[in-house]
Amino acid sequence: MPLIETLARMEAVAAGRARPLTTVRHRHLAEHPLVLVPLTTSGEAGAPLGALVGTDREKPRLLTVPQPRDRDLRFGFLAELAEAVLPYVDGFADDIAYEERKETDPESGKQVPVQVELCTDAPQLIVPSAAGVAYVRLLGRSMRFRRTAEQDPEAPHPAPPHVPLLGRWFTHFGERARVPGACLLLSMTGLLTRHWATGQSALEDQHLAALLAWIDPPPGVPAQQAAEFAEAARDADGQLHCPPAGPATDPAFDNRLLAPAMARYDAGVPGAAQEIAALVESRLRPTWDAVWQGVDLLRALPEGARVADRWKRDRWSYTSHRDRIRAGEPPQPRQDDAVTAARKLASRETAQALLDAQEALDDPLVMAGRRLAGEAFRGTVTEVEMAYSKGRRPMPRPVVTLRTGDRPQLDAGGRLHRALDGGRTQTAEFVAYGPGGDPGTLLIRLTGGMGRGRTPEPGSVPEPGDALCWTLFEHAPRGGPALPEPEDTPWTHGGPPPAPGDAPSAAPDPVTPEDYL
Amino acid sequence: MTPPPLTAPPPADPAAAAAAATDAILHDTLHSTRRGVVVDSPPGAGKSTLVVRAARELAAAGRRLMIVAQTNAQVDDLVLRLAAKDPDLPVGRLHSSEPAAHDPALAALPAVRTSARIADLADRDIVVSTAAKWAYTKVEEPWRHAIVDEAYQMRSDALLGVAGLFERALFVGDPGQLDPFSVVGADQWAGLSYDPSASAVATLLAHNPDLPQHRLPVSWRLPASAAPLVSSAFYPYTPFRSGTGPGDRRLAFGVRGDGSPVDRVLDEAAASGWGLLELPARHTPRTDPEAVGALARVVRRLLDRGGAATSEQADAPEPLTAARIAVGTAHRDQAAAVRAALAGLGVSGVTVDTANRLQGREFDVTVVLHPLSGRPDATAFHLETGRLCVLASRHRHACIVVCRAGVTDLLDEHPATEPVQLGVTVKFPDGWEANHSVMAHLSEHRVVG
Amino acid sequence: MNVSRESRTAADGPPGAPPSPSPGLRQRLSELRGPGVRPRPLDARALAALAANPGCRRRALLDGAGVDKGALARALGAPAAYGQSQFALARGNSFEARVKADGGAELLRLVRERLAPGTPPPEDGEVARPDLSAAGPAGRAARTALALREATAAGGWALLDHPLLAMDVAGSAAYVEPDAVVVHPDGVWTVVEIKSFPMIDGAADPAKVGAAARQAAVYVLALEAVAAHTAAHTGRPARVRDRALLICPKDFSNLPAAAAVDVRRQRATTRRQLARLTRVEEIAAALPAGTTFALRPGDDGTTPTRPAAELAEAVAAVPAAYAPECLAACELAFHCRTRSRQEGAVETLGRGARGELGGLRTIGEALAAAAGDPGADPDDPAVQALRTAAALRAEALAAVPAPRDGEEPCR
Repeated sequence: MPLIETLARMEAVAAGRARPLTTVRHRHLAEHPLVLVPLTTSGEAGAPLGALVGTDREKPRLLTVPQPRDRDLRFGFLAELAEAVLPYVDGFADDIAYEERKETDPESGKQVPVQVELCTDAPQLIVPSAAGVAYVRLLGRSMRFRRTAEQDPEAPHPAPPHVPLLGRWFTHFGERARVPGACLLLSMTGLLTRHWATGQSALEDQHLAALLAWIDPPPGVPAQQAAEFAEAARDADGQLHCPPAGPATDPAFDNRLLAPAMARYDAGVPGAAQEIAALVESRLRPTWDAVWQGVDLLRALPEGARVADRWKRDRWSYTSHRDRIRAGEPPQPRQDDAVTAARKLASRETAQALLDAQEALDDPLVMAGRRLAGEAFRGTVTEVEMAYSKGRRPMPRPVVTLRTGDRPQLDAGGRLHRALDGGRTQTAEFVAYGPGGDPGTLLIRLTGGMGRGRTPEPGSVPEPGDALCWTLFEHAPRGGPALPEPEDTPWTHGGPPPAPGDAPSAAPDPVTPEDYL
Repeated sequence: MTPPPLTAPPPADPAAAAAAATDAILHDTLHSTRRGVVVDSPPGAGKSTLVVRAARELAAAGRRLMIVAQTNAQVDDLVLRLAAKDPDLPVGRLHSSEPAAHDPALAALPAVRTSARIADLADRDIVVSTAAKWAYTKVEEPWRHAIVDEAYQMRSDALLGVAGLFERALFVGDPGQLDPFSVVGADQWAGLSYDPSASAVATLLAHNPDLPQHRLPVSWRLPASAAPLVSSAFYPYTPFRSGTGPGDRRLAFGVRGDGSPVDRVLDEAAASGWGLLELPARHTPRTDPEAVGALARVVRRLLDRGGAATSEQADAPEPLTAARIAVGTAHRDQAAAVRAALAGLGVSGVTVDTANRLQGREFDVTVVLHPLSGRPDATAFHLETGRLCVLASRHRHACIVVCRAGVTDLLDEHPATEPVQLGVTVKFPDGWEANHSVMAHLSEHRVVG
Repeated sequence: MNVSRESRTAADGPPGAPPSPSPGLRQRLSELRGPGVRPRPLDARALAALAANPGCRRRALLDGAGVDKGALARALGAPAAYGQSQFALARGNSFEARVKADGGAELLRLVRERLAPGTPPPEDGEVARPDLSAAGPAGRAARTALALREATAAGGWALLDHPLLAMDVAGSAAYVEPDAVVVHPDGVWTVVEIKSFPMIDGAADPAKVGAAARQAAVYVLALEAVAAHTAAHTGRPARVRDRALLICPKDFSNLPAAAAVDVRRQRATTRRQLARLTRVEEIAAALPAGTTFALRPGDDGTTPTRPAAELAEAVAAVPAAYAPECLAACELAFHCRTRSRQEGAVETLGRGARGELGGLRTIGEALAAAAGDPGADPDDPAVQALRTAAALRAEALAAVPAPRDGEEPCR
């Protein structure tokens, strides 16, 4: 944990409530996010017990499975979930704008501009916790290889319509959620812990109710006490006051309340299904409300200036998956091939670098952390000495002297970057410390951002008295070189993978009698 | 990891053993029908010499050769070595279009041409560049041969980007140094043969398990006092030995010690090849002022006491100058603090850097700040086997470690609750074991400071 | 093989034979539990958990003495929220039964496929399934050892269903029960662990696999002692495989999938931690005379009558090394957390929180240093870094209008 975050957590302990880690909101928050609070059956993989889902906090849709081991009931749940989710997801598909993009022309091999569709907005799913994100991924995996009767009339136990499609979207959201800074699928605990430091550990922050107790404690109650209540307090029946945010249930709930109700359902007792629905809703509703409380807290923060730029990348992601589905492509394979894995890793590394840079540029408090780490510095210009590069066309290379209290980790010749107005960036290189190696005085040489002429553009060279913030990191890191196409996978990596149609990884999961568990 | 089969008992003479290994490697490189040859090289085992020799033989056999290294410094170093061995060899240095993209010293080499464009180097027998630059390069048809240097520090995805450029390759590297890593999670591919965050060699061998594998059996850098420890602690399944015997390297001081802990640890290191200057147990931040000060004083006294190093490389003892000393740390801020402390004592010219940046380098004497010194907790970073291995294997004569007492307890109290990924080969030794082995050995050379 | 590792292994002593405790220690540990309280048996899960926080003397002593930490935590008013859902239990049992059905044919197929490829399948009726029932744990363990010896001597396949293995843990016997052990015709023994978490597309939850591997390592250690004995008595080689077989439900079905798990690291860790349990004697010796964790059950035989404050004092006599990870691994964690928070220990914020704080141990000290407390050493880099951090935070927050601080209602 970086020292500045440790300090913020210690401040929170002393203050009795959470302290800010940011001054702005660094994640896109949709006007109408779709909140999904799932519960799963203990001991079963991908056997949902129930869910609250919807975009209206007052009217969540309750879905329950009175007997999770019954395949038909489970399919019924998934079909209803698809009904609740897919119209929302599809609702962004047709509102489009055109963007110009460079593509390689297959005939000439040249880069040519093409007009492509970009959806003007995209869906956003919010789940309570990181485990919820993993559960969306798991449901996606369990659904996308199913076959409906329409797809395959011979399929035993065909899945209801739309279930495989929901599986593909959930898989897409789950994969996108691995991209740093991406916002198609978010967990509320992840959102809140990015913006606030509590007086407890990161492990304890995974409990949504306890986390909220620190950020927004009930009036007159110290946050730590409220958080401990949220974690562990039980009623006379031994049930938690704040049930876990799922998808796992509390064993005491399973054993004392749910199991007897399910036994009644199995025995055909009238009203047992309604009883189970009420029990499940009683576990889900507090978390549903907590997620919306978190949405309110986040909405009160002003959005960071570069958040929209990153959301645009999410819109691209949504648009391209829309296109893949419209083109009738098969579901995502079980495992990435070598090239796809390497491409994903590369794009995530670029996304991480971009996110780190943009958050710092958008937020002085985040930049403070980078300054403390020696990755950026603020200083006041004391002197500017004009100089020019050697060569046939000398270019301005003024040497700027700065006074700073920061202690950046500089190497001679190291590159520096500074944000200019209008989204442009000025570059410089570190020359030397001040006389006698004084680390409080830095000499840097400007190398860019001054226009193309022999005379720097007006205002592009700082003046004595200006306070500047320079970073050692790039502001718009680019990705690495292109990788080969999958069909050109080299021998070192096993050669080309089987074609999508032939790959065993695209085949449906075998349906067995054991599917009824 | 299974030990490679031993075909014949190794020759007793280290030079003969090394020569036999090199001959076998060159034979497979030039004549094997397989597309790859893998060579493991422990610290100082003559990897660069092997690369230069293989490059020249491949060029002489008329095979156009690309050499893929990982950093610009490594590329420049290889070009300089090739030119030193054969000044007429036409070598191309492909570089990026950034300013100062290569060592200016290359400009003075008559047969070496530098360019940012591969087309300018079309007539060169050998072209050397980084994996990153090669990955941007297009070739009309694959080159006949490549040498991939530092292949264990290369990530699998970097190899994926360049493997289409060549037909066959010699992969050379040191499996004991720092593993490549990713700043973002790559768990979802753990256990896959082509996990992009794994090392290039791991992927290569997973897909081509029957490629010829060799190893260089002799470290010419490490003295007889260091090779057995480094071999057993870091290369348990692939032992190596030193090329020199116990009496072949000597370190002596012209000025007698003053009895201080610093001088006593210097004398211990001169006599035994190892010294541990143990400071009182205390939890400290990374830039522990006392430890940093002790490192600086050790270096100051190394210079002041007129150190002289006797080795097989020269007829007479050579003075231990600042250029032949390095200080190694785990973190950059520690290195910066040591540099400042050295400047305060009027010392200049000593290399001070982190383990990452000391990889592949060699000095007469190294002074090391133990990665776990003063820490309240051990982390995966600080326990990483490769980090300690790099720090403990850069020296030709002696290694002096500065450390707070209490590391053994810290290791014992380290929680062992690592997650396990199915299908991922367990790496040995783990950091815990290696750290314990090294500490046990160092404690025999301890001076309390 | 790694020479240095082997030599250290030897120095640690064979797994089954740590130094026996002195009668004095046995007496002392009995006093710690209280009169008439039998030591709580350590199962494989508890033994595997020894490595979760080896720096905690409190946990080492309580585990070493066999104190029921769960009951102690309840009596202290800080119960742990452990428990298992009956759904998970039922699912686990039905899956295990399925894997072992048909005389274990499927289980043996998986063992051969993953660990002994190429070995011919046993013919019908060729797999011995010895009856392991006997009276009492010692009897069952002896029966298991005999069955292993007979099966190894017979040179065929054998499947031992829930064998019981004895281990000497800090001088007292602990019994551990793997799901199954398979004896191969060549005298190799394989530990089989059957878990109910899924293996999806060949991957499983790494935290759960890690826990299973640590548990399997305990079984391997316990078996190694029996194997040494068997080899000595039968003259046939008996060896425990250092890769265990993990069997889980495949994808979303309850068909089995299996993977070999290399447990050499976990075995080395557990061996070290078992050897370190001997320091219980030293910890016990440092306690004030008369210290006991006895709950003094009342007339109903269960409800403790010992005042919580008195118990808390006894517990406080042994230093703990609390970290938030304890919450998932130790029944006493909620109590230790409360104490640790009262002391303002920085570890309550995370094990890593201390990394940059050097000698500053409490939140109060660190905040005071950050605020410029003249008592803090200005040359300490930790103090300097905290002051810089505090100044940077204050500068950044001062530039922002107030509502961000969360002081006013958000709704």
